[in-house]
Amino acid sequence: MALSDYTVQNEVDTRSGFGAGILALGRENPNVVALCADLIGSLKLDDFIKEFPDRFVQCGIAEANMIGIASGMTIGGKIPFATSFANFVTGRVYDQIRQSVAYSGKNVKIAASHAGLTLGEDGATHQILEDIGMMQMLPGMTVINPCDYNQTKAATIAAGRMEGPVYLRFGRPKWPNFTPADQPLEIGKAIVMNEGTDVTIFATGHLVWKALKAAQELEQQGVSIELINIHTIKPLDRAAVLKSVAKTGCAVSCEEHNYIGGLGSAIATLLSRELPAPLEQVAVNDSFGESGTPDQLLAKYGLDTPDVIAAVKRALARKK
Amino acid sequence: MASIEELQRIASQVRRDIVRMVHAVNSGHPGGSLGCTEFFVALYFDVMKHDPKFSMNGEGEDLFFLSNGHISPVFYSVLARSGYFDISELATFRKLNTRLQGHPTTHEHLPGIRVASGSLGQGMSVAIGAALTKKLNKDTSLVFSLHGDGELQEGQVWESMLFAPHHKVDNLICTVDYNGQQIDGPTEKVLSLGDLEAKAKAFGWDVMAIADGNNMAQVIDGLNEAKSRTGHGKPIFVIMKTAMGAGVDFMMGSHKWHGVAPNDEQLKVALGQLVEEKDY
Repeated sequence: MALSDYTVQNEVDTRSGFGAGILALGRENPNVVALCADLIGSLKLDDFIKEFPDRFVQCGIAEANMIGIASGMTIGGKIPFATSFANFVTGRVYDQIRQSVAYSGKNVKIAASHAGLTLGEDGATHQILEDIGMMQMLPGMTVINPCDYNQTKAATIAAGRMEGPVYLRFGRPKWPNFTPADQPLEIGKAIVMNEGTDVTIFATGHLVWKALKAAQELEQQGVSIELINIHTIKPLDRAAVLKSVAKTGCAVSCEEHNYIGGLGSAIATLLSRELPAPLEQVAVNDSFGESGTPDQLLAKYGLDTPDVIAAVKRALARKK
Repeated sequence: MASIEELQRIASQVRRDIVRMVHAVNSGHPGGSLGCTEFFVALYFDVMKHDPKFSMNGEGEDLFFLSNGHISPVFYSVLARSGYFDISELATFRKLNTRLQGHPTTHEHLPGIRVASGSLGQGMSVAIGAALTKKLNKDTSLVFSLHGDGELQEGQVWESMLFAPHHKVDNLICTVDYNGQQIDGPTEKVLSLGDLEAKAKAFGWDVMAIADGNNMAQVIDGLNEAKSRTGHGKPIFVIMKTAMGAGVDFMMGSHKWHGVAPNDEQLKVALGQLVEEKDY
């Protein structure tokens, strides 16, 4: 596909992609169960619960217990999706995930909505920007941050089909849905959205859309952009990253996360070991968020289309 | 079914294992392990329906979860002596490359362990989850768990305490090792649990007591009583009074032996008080 082939099919929240995905999974596998901590509507679980009332566990506002229950439910073959806001199923329960899920090697899927700044008006208490870092530091944890409704639905289904703990991160706001509904998603396999030669943009989550807009504008200015959608941050598709940077010689990473610990950090570690090259990060600059609309916040914290364009220009300037 | 005398002989051997294991590596937790020896022997040699040909899912088997993972010596000894792995492996406890890690873990695939524990307060949640899955799978066997009394200071325990009665998890028997001791001293002084029986009742549990958790006949009777109370809409909460360090006179009743190993001389004295069946 070329950059101009991506068009907005509709505007819909990624969490609805999760709701549709877990419903499809539930129909496919009777062992799939869902747990929630008093946020059924926010997590778009209504349809799943309506169809499979016995396979839903309401935990109340008690996330630590929810993670432990999810771990225990795998014993006997269930595939639990423990769901809440991203802040409350990561930072709040890090030790529960570490011991009862990751270290114990349990087949638990942690499904996290309302991640990042685009949560909006609720402010920094709820806008977690550290979750990818915490989750990717855990040995054996798969970390997925899909970019739109279609990809979130596909990622949910793929997460349920794989064996092992998964952190699945998505968001609150209505967002352009632009990837093909039938695009296959293989966990750990990056998707090259556009081939180019001057610079590689690696983007994850909501910022794939911002990166696409930036790439379209830059193409008009005669810059050849390789745009890669990194839906799986861990395990990182090392081969895809190295192959692209070997060609373009510089890169930009884009994520709705602190610049420490996220996608940019993962790429920086890989490049510094294997293929040193200029890397510019579009990410939050080690700060908390605040109240505002998603658009206002992305602009204020430097995660908007102009910020991606500026980062590309910096990367190009650093290229020898 | 084993006689009380046979179970007592096994318990004596398990106690020998515990003190020898912690002595060998000069680390580990003998006090709580010795205090819970009757409970473990009763569960694995009498009360639970279980298969030493271990499968993680344990379908059709009673399951046990140790929440206070630091008393791993007693858990490992009882697992080995009930056939999950060879008793010779007890000699590897806490040594590099061992499956018998300081705290129990599934990571090294030791048969009999279904979840890691050590960071306190998580085991009741896990046991509830396993019990829920048994219900979904129409598996009528039971889930047992053990918790330290000091461990009940963790907030997650009280989330679990709320959850299990609300969801009528009545295939679950949670036992508290009520020895009244924790690392910094008597639980009463460190952070009192108050009236634990009243608290558990108020949360909606079916609460019962084992007055002397170091009396094998009482433990067997208590656990069988707990089993008979399952299936009636409430989870079962057993408050089991034990003496930390039970079976070795100089370790008994003091928090000082929570996480300290005996030296050569003390080991000799301890073993002199414990009849040998067959050491590993």
